[in-house]
Amino acid sequence: MGEALLNKEAVFEGLAQNVAIQALRAAHPEAIANAKFDRGELTLVVAPGSIRPACRTLQAAGYNFLEDVTCVDWYPAEPRFQVTYHVLSHRLKERVRLHVMVQSIDPSVDSITPVWPSANFYEREVWDLFGVRFHGHPGLRRIMLPEEWEGHPLRKDYPVEGYR
Amino acid sequence: MPDYSDRHDMPEIPGFVETSTLVVPRPEEGSKDHTMVLNMGPQHPSTHGVLRVVLEIDGETVVKLVADIGYLHTGIEKTCEAKFYQQVVPLTDRIDYLCPMTNNLAYCLAIEKLLQLEIPERAQWMRVLLNELTRLNSHLVWLGTHAMDIGALTVFLYTFREREEILRIFEHLSGQRMMTSYFRIGGLALDPPLDFFDSVQALIKILPEKIDEYENLLTGNPIFINRLKNVGYLSAEDAIALGVTGPPLRASGVDWDLRRDMPYSSYDKFRFQVPVSNDGDVWARYIVRLQEMRESVKICQQALDGMPEGPIKADAPHVVLPDREKMKTQMEALIYHFKIVTEGFQVPTGEVYQAVESPRGEMGYYAVSDGTAKPYRVHMRNPSFATLQALETMCVGRLIADVVAVIGSIDIVLGEIDR
Repeated sequence: MGEALLNKEAVFEGLAQNVAIQALRAAHPEAIANAKFDRGELTLVVAPGSIRPACRTLQAAGYNFLEDVTCVDWYPAEPRFQVTYHVLSHRLKERVRLHVMVQSIDPSVDSITPVWPSANFYEREVWDLFGVRFHGHPGLRRIMLPEEWEGHPLRKDYPVEGYR
Repeated sequence: MPDYSDRHDMPEIPGFVETSTLVVPRPEEGSKDHTMVLNMGPQHPSTHGVLRVVLEIDGETVVKLVADIGYLHTGIEKTCEAKFYQQVVPLTDRIDYLCPMTNNLAYCLAIEKLLQLEIPERAQWMRVLLNELTRLNSHLVWLGTHAMDIGALTVFLYTFREREEILRIFEHLSGQRMMTSYFRIGGLALDPPLDFFDSVQALIKILPEKIDEYENLLTGNPIFINRLKNVGYLSAEDAIALGVTGPPLRASGVDWDLRRDMPYSSYDKFRFQVPVSNDGDVWARYIVRLQEMRESVKICQQALDGMPEGPIKADAPHVVLPDREKMKTQMEALIYHFKIVTEGFQVPTGEVYQAVESPRGEMGYYAVSDGTAKPYRVHMRNPSFATLQALETMCVGRLIADVVAVIGSIDIVLGEIDR
């Protein structure tokens, strides 16, 4: 597993041969805001505006499969929402995790459905349970809960037992 | 945030989303695109649970398909955040009721990765053995119900006969038939009973000929072939773009199996083939799954032959509950037991994603820890949820009756889709 590398400079130095880091640094030098390598897993924090081009670059670099899109609510910290993407390369047998940090006021981020159509359901789930909107999504409506539901249950300020 | 303090004067919530909000029919009589909307489910025997599908059809041809899910949503991810780490294990069973052991494994591996725990060999091999038994169990249910959807009712009785044997073994092992919760963070719950290995050996000895028996009933059956061949085609590009994993992905010609390509829990010590087909239709998925069952039997045999001796729990007293015997004689063990049960154990800060190959595809657990005894966030990446997105691609342009065959072929479990 190796040592944990906890900041951008250490990751860039320690994982200089990593295909994802090389491709992203070459195409979008400003896109990686931070990076972490912990427990054998690489995490790249991507600037909010750059997620779609970053995903396109990764896809071209051989990271062909989007596994998952989800979100973590860091309430009451700001930026509050951490939208998390897991991207896999079948060829390299490697996985990279992308983070996008989103502010709590009008939380929204660019949809990556134009890059991977499979993001459709995942992004609808994040919208449903966290209330983070995705620009350019083909049909952003609730997926788990009824259309009339109020609130987003996986937010930390939503009680576990709901509002009754 | 809106104010929720006075919910009692809210308007009554209608129980059903109107069909017209999902699909708009084009009903003009005599026009070229004269279509109607058909609602299928949520209570429909071939949707394997409570999947609702809204179909726009032109005659018998599907023009558009919208899957409506969420009828089984119980908020398991939210519940996880309110439980201690060890209390989440029983919840993971309930996500996918056909392969509880796979879910247990994915969750335990994720938390063990957070804790950086070393798991003893015997526990890892037992986990492999049980996972393959679970895969056989799940595939047997799939085969029986899928054939029943197509109209071959007999196979169902045959597959459930063998499944019953597997469930009996599980009951003998863990005390439960379906919701086994047998894995623990750091190893297994109990030592397997003395005759466990003999009963597994007896079962996997007869299984290959039983699989031959199913094949005799189905593989040469002309009605079955006609209903399955060239139905629900999915290309490799579409499968990858739509997030399809597991047998449907391999049936579309992508040679990818997490057990072989990203091995976990000592799967790298086992020798097995990964069946792949380039046909991409329902028939290919049937063949791939049947081959997988035969490979699972081989893995079980290897696990039985080479099962190492030794402990079944990691040497980590602050995480793993002590043996009952030790608790009666050692004060220290009693204190550890009391502490784990009452206040849990703290997990170092961090985040991990652990994926395993479930019978349906990639089952991934994303766990975030903030250093306390409860998970800050647990997210499940479910294979059926992603594969459901490919349903429209596979069904559009085909007949309504084929929709039933396609839903059966992606082996959908609504419990894990809705969570």
